[in-house]
Amino acid sequence: MNETIGTALIVIGLIFDFFGCLGLIRFPDVYNRLQASAKCITLGTCGILLGLFLFKGLTATGVKALLCMVFILLTAPVSAHALARSAYRSGVKPWEGTVVDEYSNDMENIR
Amino acid sequence: MNTNWVFGFIVIVIIAAAILLLPLPSMMQWQSEFLERAFLCLLVSAGLCLWRVLRGPTAPDRAVAIDMLGILIVGFCAVLSIATGRDWYIDIGIAWALQSFIGIMALSKYLEGKEFDE
Amino acid sequence: MRRKISLFLLWFFVWIGLSWPPALVDAIYAVAVSLFVSYMTLDLMFDTSAENKISRCGKGKAIARPFWFLWYVMVFVWECFKANIDVAYRVLHPALPIRPGTIKVKVDLKSDIGLAFLANSLTLTPGRTTVDIDKPSGYLYVHCLSIRDGETRLPVVTKYEKILKKIFE
Repeated sequence: MNETIGTALIVIGLIFDFFGCLGLIRFPDVYNRLQASAKCITLGTCGILLGLFLFKGLTATGVKALLCMVFILLTAPVSAHALARSAYRSGVKPWEGTVVDEYSNDMENIR
Repeated sequence: MNTNWVFGFIVIVIIAAAILLLPLPSMMQWQSEFLERAFLCLLVSAGLCLWRVLRGPTAPDRAVAIDMLGILIVGFCAVLSIATGRDWYIDIGIAWALQSFIGIMALSKYLEGKEFDE
Repeated sequence: MRRKISLFLLWFFVWIGLSWPPALVDAIYAVAVSLFVSYMTLDLMFDTSAENKISRCGKGKAIARPFWFLWYVMVFVWECFKANIDVAYRVLHPALPIRPGTIKVKVDLKSDIGLAFLANSLTLTPGRTTVDIDKPSGYLYVHCLSIRDGETRLPVVTKYEKILKKIFE
């Protein structure tokens, strides 16, 4: 039973990983790439690790997989945020199709 | 409207069909065929990431792709840990996630043009 | 003192988890290591200035906080799932139906940890990335994958904020 659910989770995780990488290829500028890939890949890898936990149960590997999942969930948004901010500050222009851009004007005022 | 997407769509379909239908070489003596296909899918994803590293027009593009590659490798370690039944692969995953995070933070600080001691 | 004990317990359980299954020798090592690490990281993990303290409150509210947190996690997972499907649809659609943009969102949260939770969970929900926080005037700069015309307030932010106010303020 556990192995069936674990396999399903791993398959979902793999599909989201693949979609994330596809987004990394297809989207036009760095901010959209960050959107598509960072979250899809984070959640996909979390799915794979949760599947590993269900496969192994409460053994050394399973508990370590849970810890690794928590660690990735804590750090991935921080690095995505830092990358977006540094891309803005290093002068990467948003794509032409961008609808509104309220950050470029206010950027100098915020420290 | 650009018509580039037809080409891209055909490539996607070919990749998906290759992952699902390709006869696998029996080099890998693993437990099940499903895990080999999972490994192949992750390899293709990592290849797409590397393509972005090669082609990315700006430096933040490459940084994003490298960050994603780091998280994908944790997934690799998890699949390898199931497939081979060895526990220490997940240790490699934890260490890789940690050091990838620190590297990306340093890189983004450098791109932002700030001092490192903040 | 409560902070020191909770930090010690956090590192203790992390060490026990890393050296599973637990044994007596591991527990002894865990006590030594987590004493040292919690001494080292005390001023990194907690900001001790007065304005950032989580406000003290009555007993009933303090008991309710963990349950609100569980509810928050459930809401967050559901939103994440929906947004993930949405982003996958946008990636796979041949014509790339995206309308990206960076918008300014007003938030009412005051405490640092509440703002950090809000920004991180917004970033983890696919389709939105927090770019920067303007803390004095209370604005969040959010980059969205697809926005409607004239949208200045995301419904997700309101939903998260309502629960986070109950937890941290």
